Amino acid sequence: MRNPLRTEKIAFSLLFLATLLIVVPVGLTVVIIIQKGLPAMLNRGQAGIPAINWQFITDIPRQGMRAGGIFPAIIGTAYLVSGAIIFALPIGLMAAIYLSEYSRDNFLSRIIKLAIVNLAGVPSVVYGLFGLALFVVFFKFGASILSGSLTLGIMILPIIITTSREALESVPYSFREVSRSLGASKWQTIRHIVLPNAISGILTGTILGLGRAAGETAPILFTVAAFYLPQLPKSIFDQAMALPYHLYVISTQVPNVDEKIRYGTALVLLVLVLFMNLVAIIIRYRFRKKKKW
Amino acid sequence: MISLRKSKEFVVEKLILICGLASIFFVVLIFLFLLKEGLAVFKTVSPFNFILGKSWYPISEPPQLGILPLIMGSLLVTLGAALISIPLGVACAVYISEVASLKIKEILKAGIELLAAIPSVVLGFIGMVTLVPWVKTMFHLPTGLTALSGSIMLAFMAMPTIVSIAEDALYSVPKSYKEGALALGATHWQAIYRVMLPAASSGLLAAVMLGIGRVIGETMAVMMITGNADAMPNSILQPVRTLTATIAAEMGEAVVGSEHYFALFAVGIVLFVISFMINVTADLFLHKRAK
Repeated sequence: MRNPLRTEKIAFSLLFLATLLIVVPVGLTVVIIIQKGLPAMLNRGQAGIPAINWQFITDIPRQGMRAGGIFPAIIGTAYLVSGAIIFALPIGLMAAIYLSEYSRDNFLSRIIKLAIVNLAGVPSVVYGLFGLALFVVFFKFGASILSGSLTLGIMILPIIITTSREALESVPYSFREVSRSLGASKWQTIRHIVLPNAISGILTGTILGLGRAAGETAPILFTVAAFYLPQLPKSIFDQAMALPYHLYVISTQVPNVDEKIRYGTALVLLVLVLFMNLVAIIIRYRFRKKKKW
Repeated sequence: MISLRKSKEFVVEKLILICGLASIFFVVLIFLFLLKEGLAVFKTVSPFNFILGKSWYPISEPPQLGILPLIMGSLLVTLGAALISIPLGVACAVYISEVASLKIKEILKAGIELLAAIPSVVLGFIGMVTLVPWVKTMFHLPTGLTALSGSIMLAFMAMPTIVSIAEDALYSVPKSYKEGALALGATHWQAIYRVMLPAASSGLLAAVMLGIGRVIGETMAVMMITGNADAMPNSILQPVRTLTATIAAEMGEAVVGSEHYFALFAVGIVLFVISFMINVTADLFLHKRAK
């Protein structure tokens, strides 16, 4: 006869095993990158004590990317990410305000939400195609920081709208009622009551969007990324190197790159993205503790 | 004064409305620009031959623009990834939402979130240096850059989507269902298997669909580890090339306005339509659950 308790034990063990199969590789991935990437950033200092080698982060790539540092790629990514957020934050925030404060639960808001879901689901390489067709070719911006930033900006729009909207909706309705009953207009209420109370949630979403934009490669492939450009971009109409594309290039397109440099680049990119996620998590956590309602 | 304030508010509120509509605008804009650049390819090749043509030699003279090998590549990799990720992902979601203690739950969720945050190019790189050599020695192959490597990697990358949405679905099953089953003498596992999973089925289905959507659209990692061979795949142990990887790998060399350029945009249309259908259907399932 089958014993249901034994079946349960077996089933739960299998579930646990499945979970391990997912979580352990995540941990391994991070550990491998840190372990093999750190040597790129350490020098054998005095008396064998490793010292930080800033050259990898502050130098331009040399000898066809087989030596030197990754400074232009870091700067390029910084430009792209800033540009994306300058474009996406105002639009995304206002779209979130519309959804949470103005729209009613009707057909239009249903369509808007569906559009956001779809925007989030469009494959990243299709964003690249779109950026190429609209910004590079149609608007004649060429392959430039401007084109790349706008493409990334549209890509992170759904993240910013969704998180900001959640933040706005978590502000209690009574706050709005009190403000309106004191004679404030709808916009004054939003501006002075709702937004200040939702600011940390909005910030969290913004930083998550930044992290996403920093790590994406496919949207910038044809809109901005330069294969090898050992100098800094001078204007937003210049091409630029970018960290994720640089990692792709040195790991698949250029033969005989020192393993240390590959892992080092992966480490810098990973640390950058995880750092932003960590900041977002900390803000969210502190906000939850401080929450007054 | 008051009229100035009123007109300012009027402007702000109109601006908010416009931004509210921005996401619809962008989805339509993306589709229109894909159509504008992509439909031109059908002057040289019929839609039928484009989808079902068996050879993709875009730069030969005249170019052969059949994307069937690429579709098969995408299908093969996606199918493999789905076979791995659906059972594992749902099992993991059940473990997190039903079995794990509160503390373990937090740790596991953080781990899954961490995975979602890792850029795909970094995962592709790690796949190249760990997974690809492993597949090569495991199956005694001339190269480890195969559809199987891609499937394993993509299954891994679909996990955050599948686990988090499946977990939401399980969480939103009314507590009384489970309590009722337990009160009737069912074990915890029987309650999960017979009551919770069926009750959450439409949410689970949405989780699976969105996970698959993620897999089909994934570009960088799949380009780095599937070997990029644009021939009809016969087995999962051969190099293949997916729709996404074809665009990413070839658009850099395609001349703007050439047939190759138009064809890659037409591939983009195919991808857009697939992801659109998946997202709309998944949304319907999620909506059904909300009711």
